[in-house]
Amino acid sequence: MKRLLKGGRVVDPANGRDGVFDILIDGDRIAKVGVNLQAEEGTVVVSMPSGLVITPGLIDMHVHLREPGQEHKETVATGVLSAVTGGFTAVACMPNTSPVNDNAGVTQFILKKAADANLARVYPIGAVSIGQKGDQMAELGELKEAGCVAVTDDGHPVRTALLMRRALEYTRMFDMPVIEHCEDPTLKGDGVAHEGMVASKLGLRGIPGEAESIMAQRDIALAEMTGGRVHIAHMSARQTLDAVRYGKSRGANVTCEVAPHHFILTDALLAAPVPYDTNTKMNPPLREAADRDAMLQGIVDGSVDVIATDHAPHHYDEKHVEFDRAPFGITGLETCVPLCLDRLVHSGLISFSRLIELLSVNPARILRLPGGSITEGAPADLTILAPDLHVKVEAKTMKSKSKNTPFDGWELRGGVAATIVGGRTVYNNAAVNLAI
Amino acid sequence: MKKDLLSIDDLSADEIYRVLDTAEAMREIGERPIKKVPTLRGKTVVNLFYEPSTRTRTSFEIAEKRLSADTLNIAVQASSVQKGETLADTAMNIEAMSPDMIVIRHSSSGACNLLSRICKSRIINAGDGLHEHPTQALLDAFTIKQHKPSIEGLKVAIVGDLLHSRVLRSNVLLLTKLGAHVFVSGPPTLVPRGIEQLGVTVATVDDAVRDADVVMMLRIQQERMQGAFFPSLREYYNLFGMTTERVSRAKPDVIIMHPGPMNRGVEIASEVADGPYSVILEQVANGVAVRMAVLYLLAGGVENEAAA
Amino acid sequence: MAVVLDADRIGRTLTRIAHEILERTRGVEELAFVGIQRRGVPLARRLATLVSGISGTEVPVGALDITLYRDDLMRHSIGAQPVVGHTNIKFSIDDKRILLVDDVLYTGRTIRAALDALLEFGRPQSIQLVVLVDRGHRELPIKADYVGKNLPTSLSQSVQVHLLEIDGQDQVEIQE
Repeated sequence: MKRLLKGGRVVDPANGRDGVFDILIDGDRIAKVGVNLQAEEGTVVVSMPSGLVITPGLIDMHVHLREPGQEHKETVATGVLSAVTGGFTAVACMPNTSPVNDNAGVTQFILKKAADANLARVYPIGAVSIGQKGDQMAELGELKEAGCVAVTDDGHPVRTALLMRRALEYTRMFDMPVIEHCEDPTLKGDGVAHEGMVASKLGLRGIPGEAESIMAQRDIALAEMTGGRVHIAHMSARQTLDAVRYGKSRGANVTCEVAPHHFILTDALLAAPVPYDTNTKMNPPLREAADRDAMLQGIVDGSVDVIATDHAPHHYDEKHVEFDRAPFGITGLETCVPLCLDRLVHSGLISFSRLIELLSVNPARILRLPGGSITEGAPADLTILAPDLHVKVEAKTMKSKSKNTPFDGWELRGGVAATIVGGRTVYNNAAVNLAI
Repeated sequence: MKKDLLSIDDLSADEIYRVLDTAEAMREIGERPIKKVPTLRGKTVVNLFYEPSTRTRTSFEIAEKRLSADTLNIAVQASSVQKGETLADTAMNIEAMSPDMIVIRHSSSGACNLLSRICKSRIINAGDGLHEHPTQALLDAFTIKQHKPSIEGLKVAIVGDLLHSRVLRSNVLLLTKLGAHVFVSGPPTLVPRGIEQLGVTVATVDDAVRDADVVMMLRIQQERMQGAFFPSLREYYNLFGMTTERVSRAKPDVIIMHPGPMNRGVEIASEVADGPYSVILEQVANGVAVRMAVLYLLAGGVENEAAA
Repeated sequence: MAVVLDADRIGRTLTRIAHEILERTRGVEELAFVGIQRRGVPLARRLATLVSGISGTEVPVGALDITLYRDDLMRHSIGAQPVVGHTNIKFSIDDKRILLVDDVLYTGRTIRAALDALLEFGRPQSIQLVVLVDRGHRELPIKADYVGKNLPTSLSQSVQVHLLEIDGQDQVEIQE
């Protein structure tokens, strides 16, 4: 079946497009992109209302789908439903499941679940070390073969500099990045919040920004030494961004991502309006305003490559405890697009095109995925955004199995109209009611 | 007064003075032959203690009994928390028995805030983790007020393990609110980051104590020392221990305070603890009167809130 | 507003009560005054001074705050607790003839609270009640032994006692 999306604004930075174009979808592929395309007989024509924006499918390269092992928090099926509802056509999922995704068996299991769900594309990320224990390297070649697009010991940093060096050297064979959760475990200690005035006042043990940046400096130095590719996950501290800039200036293969909560929120949220709200507890922690502002600056000046959500669902019971006993993490898939449109695009900080680089082009490039552009012959993965849609965040109606978000009740400008994966409409927002 | 007393931040300066004035009246009850008034007759107060505490728990219990409240002590062993029910479940179970007030001591900062969100009962924080211990700060202020004409303008030195002290946090909030000049001192490894943003001056122990009106010692909480914050107790005593020599730099009418329990020969020399300027035992005695005042004032209707 | 007693009348009334007390009491050694906070306290002091002056024997005075004994505490879900005043009874009341002093006798509930409070300090030989004004409308079976002035009032009226020590002047008013 052919479908012609007619007359919509298309933002496709990979192809240098930002304007009104028609897109012809043939089956699961993009057949043609152009101006005033003619519909052949039998083509379904969808005329795009003004105000909507068609972009290459958004890709969240840092999510926790929790399956196998922690299905009470999330499953692959609920995770991808949450993803497409949030406008993502693809997600890359972290290996800290139970068992850890450190072998082809687990990778295939995740891919099987994703195929069953048949919504967003799922790209598993394998573990660097067996059991993520930081001792013995996992069979990275086998993981790549099974479908992993990157490796990481996320949840923890790669334990030793030596193992990190080996992983960066070894993955060069497969052109895979090593994604690093940067955190010096001794400086983090049993910290639960950003080390600063707020944590001091609340009596919460602190995690200094340097716990992150010191590990990032190690990894960037090793990337430069080995020529391997390191991707710094969920950056939160201004010192880390400086380390990334330094590495880039020296030509190291380093990229980085930042999560919406780290460029929007600060640790002030731990104290008010709801003191000790466990939905403000994540790792890395919400940091102070100078860090938040640095993240925004990095997004604006291009130092930041990717916005990823670090979607980390946790069950209500696990979060309904004392702050220091609660697990780290918040959900992110369904709040990312409204937050980015409202806080980055509508605020005038960045262009639409730059946002799509952060949410689609760069993740596809870093993970070597087929998406990231609207190109003839490429899979028809598209996100249709409704930039002026009024969105009220409601945790209880979210599709994710978990509702742990600090953004509940927020009113934002910008949302998702529809999500198309492989030419198929997998999400259509009733609030926009697009005939697609 | 708000519904709960979780932090000194819950009290305005006026309300702090109201607590101190009421405590002054309550103190007299402790001097009567029959140390009991019927004020809280028929009210149930649950003392929910997740941390061992002799001083604070008995002080609250005496205060409650002197006001004729029915008291119920629940001591939860920290070890059983791991496998036992959650704080939220415990709170809901206690709440189901409709107590009027819950006094909670817990090792997690903010545990009382969680309780407050669950319970309709009035919550009194008797110490939460490293966060606050508001009734201790109130009794400290009450003790200072007995010795000094006014708290405003006093120089108060607080010396010791600042990082792990909830007594410090409550006292800093209270004393700065009432206009005292607060100087804090301790090993740099035990100074919380950003503490100066709360309106205190971080100083060397000598600068802090010099011409001080009040010197408040904090306990070295050996049970909370999880890293090497300083090389040895011996070195700590040499650098920070409150000796008669150090005290001599303070004002001649300085008072020496300690929330207890003391480590003699670690943070404070026995000659100082038992010396003429020490008001450490008065602090203990005042604890009952101040807690009676807090219990009485919180038992009233909710103010400043859109309640009922 | 109408002035019921002026400063002069208040002074003469207290002098009369002091004489009455002495007339009806054998031996002043066992006498002691206890004033109810707040305006009963200065009245008790004045009476003690008068009685001491006439008899030549020092009569002790104490202050009693009844807030913590009130029967209307915590009956409302909104509003601050009443301010607690100071109780100061430095002498043993055991076997004393106590003269309990208040400014206005109305429902009798304050006196009930005061009796409860006082009896926790010991076992006096007797307690007698002295009031400057009795305005009626008792809700409890309580009667004053010495009354400065009986003042018939309606429930809508309020009786205000002003005393030099607290208010800067002596005067009793009745307000609608």
